[in-house]
Amino acid sequence: MRAALLTVLLALLAVAAWALTRPDRLPDGALAGLEGDAARGEAVFWASGCASCHAAEGATGEALLVLAGGRALVTDFGTFRAPNISPDPTHGIGGWDLAAFANAMLRGVAPDGQHYYPAFPYASYRFATLQEVADLKAFMDGLPASDRPNEDHALPFPYSLRRGIGLWKRIALPEGWAVPGAMTEEEERGRHLAEALAHCGECHTPRSRLGVMDRGRWMAGAPNPSGTGRIPGITPAQLGWSRGEIAGYLATGFTPSFDSAGGTMAAVVASLSRLPQEDLQAIAAYLLRLPPAP
Amino acid sequence: MRLYRFSTALALVGALAAGAATAQSVEDTVAARQGQFKLFALHIGPLVGMAQGNMPYDADLAQAAADNLVKLTTLDQSLLWPEGSDNFSMDGTRALPAIWENPEDFVAKLAALQEGTQAMQAVAGDGLDAVRGALGGIAGACSACHQAYRAPQ
Repeated sequence: MRAALLTVLLALLAVAAWALTRPDRLPDGALAGLEGDAARGEAVFWASGCASCHAAEGATGEALLVLAGGRALVTDFGTFRAPNISPDPTHGIGGWDLAAFANAMLRGVAPDGQHYYPAFPYASYRFATLQEVADLKAFMDGLPASDRPNEDHALPFPYSLRRGIGLWKRIALPEGWAVPGAMTEEEERGRHLAEALAHCGECHTPRSRLGVMDRGRWMAGAPNPSGTGRIPGITPAQLGWSRGEIAGYLATGFTPSFDSAGGTMAAVVASLSRLPQEDLQAIAAYLLRLPPAP
Repeated sequence: MRLYRFSTALALVGALAAGAATAQSVEDTVAARQGQFKLFALHIGPLVGMAQGNMPYDADLAQAAADNLVKLTTLDQSLLWPEGSDNFSMDGTRALPAIWENPEDFVAKLAALQEGTQAMQAVAGDGLDAVRGALGGIAGACSACHQAYRAPQ
């Protein structure tokens, strides 16, 4: 009798675990009628920083467009290896349709239904618009193909269990802006660029032990997951730069004291500096609206 | 100019590889080295300021800054990077030991900076757009070396 009860309980637990961790794809028809524009997609590409992770380390110029993957991201949960997302049909994402691409970016779900690790910042990209995703795909479809094979992540148990991410997503994925509320049109543009595309918060915001961004301390700084040093807080209370200084830094990599961006920020500036001045000013305007960390 | 750069480069590679000693203490050398970078920053300042619209474009000032940048970045570096002046060996510097492990690459990155400042020198008096265009080469060269050879904050 007790054995039977136990079996039923375990079966129920298994069903519950399976249900709680199943992939959450976009509804059918969400992408109906959408046409991607590659010219608009290029702006989305630079704003989203795809090259910063998926191009080779230290790449500049044309090499930023070869998204062969391979760069390592060292974190508390292990070392991730960026995959090949060039249009190569075998080693990259050449065979993907828009639905597959959109589910990856907006839901963190692979075409075979597996969850992506949130090292891929879909927790931010989820706020991109469907049109932006369609435009981005149109642009990326035209990039050079690479046949570089993907490498596995090096993750210890239990982080090696992909299915568990389904549970993580339920507690970690935000539902709205980190800095909600009324803003000027320019600040709103900056909010969209920063929170949805450039995903600044993913590095600049501290995380809990389970890797969930602490949105109460948005962009207030975090330990550098790849080892030494600290990723600085960039709320106005911590940064103290003017709007022009922030926009100037994103455009040139030079700080107000004419030091130049090093480390991972150099890769970020390599992408963001491709955006028009108005967009960089908008990001600066948004950053100046960040509340101080408690 | 090319020949000068090549022989300077060879001298620096040799100095890094051999761990050349200096007459001054390592601490004083590091202080002087950091002063050199501050001189770079001082002269990049007007060019960045003009490019970002924080000060009016002034052809003479831009040219003077660009000329000085060329002189500064082509100083012979052999005395500035003695053995033991990396951040594993001492406090007060962010220079990584990788510099001494990869002397050819370090020198190549210095050469890229020299090319960037020379490109700026050629166009500094030609207007704001020219300055903006040439600034990327300098910023990129600074960042590339910092990324590889300077410890994070």
